[in-house]
Amino acid sequence: MTSFLLRRLAYGALVLLGVNLATFFLFFTVNTPDDMARLNIGGKRVTQELIDKWKTERGYDKPLYFNDAKQGSEQFTETIFYERSVSLFTFNFGRADGESAGDIGHEVGTRMWVSLQLALPLFVLQVIASTAFALLLVMFRHTRWDFWGVVLCVLMLSISSLFYIIVGQFFFSRVLKLAPISGYAPGLDVIKFLILPIGLSLIARLGAEARLYRAMFLEEMSKDYVRTARAKGLAETVVLFRHVLRNALIPIITSAGSYLPYVFMGSLVFESFFGLPGLGAYVIEAITKQDFAIVRTMVFVGSLLYIATYILIDVAYTWADPRVRLA
Amino acid sequence: MAPKFVLLWTDIVIWLLIALLVGYGWLVTRNPVQTATWKRVFRDPAALASSMVIGLCLLVTLADSLHYRRALPAAPDQAVAYEPVTRSVLDAVLSGLVESREATYSRPLAYVGFTKESIEVDGVVQRTAPRLAHGGAHLKQPEQQWLGDVLSRAAFGIVGGLLVAAALAAALVAAFARHQKITWREAAGRIRRRETDTPWRTAITTAFVAALLIGPTVALMGHYHVLGTDRTGNDVLYQAVKSLRTAFVIGTLSTLATLPLAVGLGIMAGYLRGWVDEAIQYLYTVLSSIPNVLLIAACVLMAQVFIDKHPELFTTGAERADFKLFLLCAILGLTGWAGLCRLLRGEALKLRELEYVQAATAFGVSRWRIMARHIFPNVVHLVLITTVLEFSGLVLYEAILTYVGVGVDPSQNSFGGMINLARSEMSRDPVVWWSFAAAFGFMVTLVLAANLFADGVRDAFDPRARSLRARPIAAKKGAPA
Repeated sequence: MTSFLLRRLAYGALVLLGVNLATFFLFFTVNTPDDMARLNIGGKRVTQELIDKWKTERGYDKPLYFNDAKQGSEQFTETIFYERSVSLFTFNFGRADGESAGDIGHEVGTRMWVSLQLALPLFVLQVIASTAFALLLVMFRHTRWDFWGVVLCVLMLSISSLFYIIVGQFFFSRVLKLAPISGYAPGLDVIKFLILPIGLSLIARLGAEARLYRAMFLEEMSKDYVRTARAKGLAETVVLFRHVLRNALIPIITSAGSYLPYVFMGSLVFESFFGLPGLGAYVIEAITKQDFAIVRTMVFVGSLLYIATYILIDVAYTWADPRVRLA
Repeated sequence: MAPKFVLLWTDIVIWLLIALLVGYGWLVTRNPVQTATWKRVFRDPAALASSMVIGLCLLVTLADSLHYRRALPAAPDQAVAYEPVTRSVLDAVLSGLVESREATYSRPLAYVGFTKESIEVDGVVQRTAPRLAHGGAHLKQPEQQWLGDVLSRAAFGIVGGLLVAAALAAALVAAFARHQKITWREAAGRIRRRETDTPWRTAITTAFVAALLIGPTVALMGHYHVLGTDRTGNDVLYQAVKSLRTAFVIGTLSTLATLPLAVGLGIMAGYLRGWVDEAIQYLYTVLSSIPNVLLIAACVLMAQVFIDKHPELFTTGAERADFKLFLLCAILGLTGWAGLCRLLRGEALKLRELEYVQAATAFGVSRWRIMARHIFPNVVHLVLITTVLEFSGLVLYEAILTYVGVGVDPSQNSFGGMINLARSEMSRDPVVWWSFAAAFGFMVTLVLAANLFADGVRDAFDPRARSLRARPIAAKKGAPA
């Protein structure tokens, strides 16, 4: 078990290294810092002095990989590659590219908690709601209910989440005035701001998830142990809840887990629509302001979360399925 | 003066795609097994109906993919100059909608503007909604005439639509009768009683429903704004129809762009194993570890810097917007191949152990030839299923990317752009709902059709998926086996 975990961690670190190199290549080799400065300053009258000033302020005036002008180890540390890529591993994210923007690390640190407040309840409720709906469909399989349930799922997954948000905000906040349209308050008050995004997000993903889980359950139902359980006279509900539900847990863990990093990234769109100051909203702001430093950092943070999640899923596997422990 | 044809980047790929589809269709007709499988797809009523909807959208897309620039009337001794605007054949067909631009918002089928203005009537300044420049401009006394005019035009459109649909249905019955060598009456009876292999009755119903929707729209289009106008007074119906092409381009080109990498690397990893496998696995693990939206955002930002640096490459605004769309598809393709690659690797791992591959190896067939002639044809169905399944997801994804700010150029009509604007319109008082409703209606129709068609394809090509179908047992009596 320990060696398995160590091996996964080592591979994760290797992948993170690859992500980091790829991002650096994408941001600094495809375009030069001069081009970025020009786009960031904008306007017609972009002089070389302005560009140089922009670059010096943000530390982009150094050479990419190797600094000839310095001595000793500074030849490597006084480079863009070291300051902007290697230092990410120590969680030193540096300053953002924007004019008045502050330290990225600080922003990520505070915004993370907001995202988490949205993400954790959403994730748990999502798994429960989708599994419950799928189980309901499976219980009524071969009947009209199952058929129309699946039709409903297909219809629901054909609607963009943006529609759910806009209609939901319009209906629940403007017409019924049940919840504030957007905003955020620290402490317990946050519940009234979170209830609408969580509810709408649940509905938006229910169709796709429930249909997937239904297929997983049916796949499980066709296995031999189910026939055995039925043959020994167990009630259908007992078969479903005792035997099938437990065994379907493994594919459900994978499916739900693979969505976890996106949940952590704070469902980009939901945060920005509901004015929650989380990581997702931060990314959208950065993209609108064309702040390359923030986007670069968020790629790193996002990948880190993703890799961490996958290691967690593997651990969850070993908990759900003892056979995996032997492999 | 002859217009100058312009071949935009996405046009090239769309026509290439059509050529590929025709080629594939030809291959299918020559292979009886493939023909049977595809026939099975169309035996599913939902898949048949949705394929008709998709076909209609495809026609619009094709009409919107023939671009040209009109020649300007020039002095005889000068070289021919062309308009700075690139138009498509669809623009020419819908030129009435393009030219009938209003000042600002107007409700669907309205004859007055949405916002009130101060107008001087007989020397007295009044706050009233002004008459529209084009919508309902032919009415002398709009208060009395409007309802009757709209209803009579709509009725005329419905009758026309029904006639077209009836003609199509008659042609279908005739063709079916000829093919089965039976009388017309019997053919019509069989179709009505659903006794045909392909559910032609569903096809006819779909045609009639489509006619009921399209007929009145076309009849009213010339004199009213059927779906209203947006903030700058542009016709919403026109925008929604134009958005179909953007959605189609994103859905097809992006999946097409994933194929070379996914298929090539997936088969190589699975068949060659060893260090090649390790390297490819590492590559797609790295790629899929980066949250997709962020990776796309990063790539699009970099592409933007590139376009910004080379303004000389594009002569018209449409060309630049189109190149951005093309790049977006390429980026979606280059960042999205990991899933299919993983799937094909697994399949190739399984296939390489089978007898026929071993036989080929024993005969001394080279490794590349085995991959191309023995492994590839046996994973094509997976590629097909994935491609069709991903289409609808990408259409939905476009809206989100455009909202995030890394999607389609704002100058290009797209569902994402429409929804983006609708967000502020929905918070106005009174609500401007028609843009949002139009985007919703068109997008849901397209995505739903794509999803149903994809399900049909998957069921036909993947026997395992068929057992998961939701179908009440009672309804099985009419369905052909």
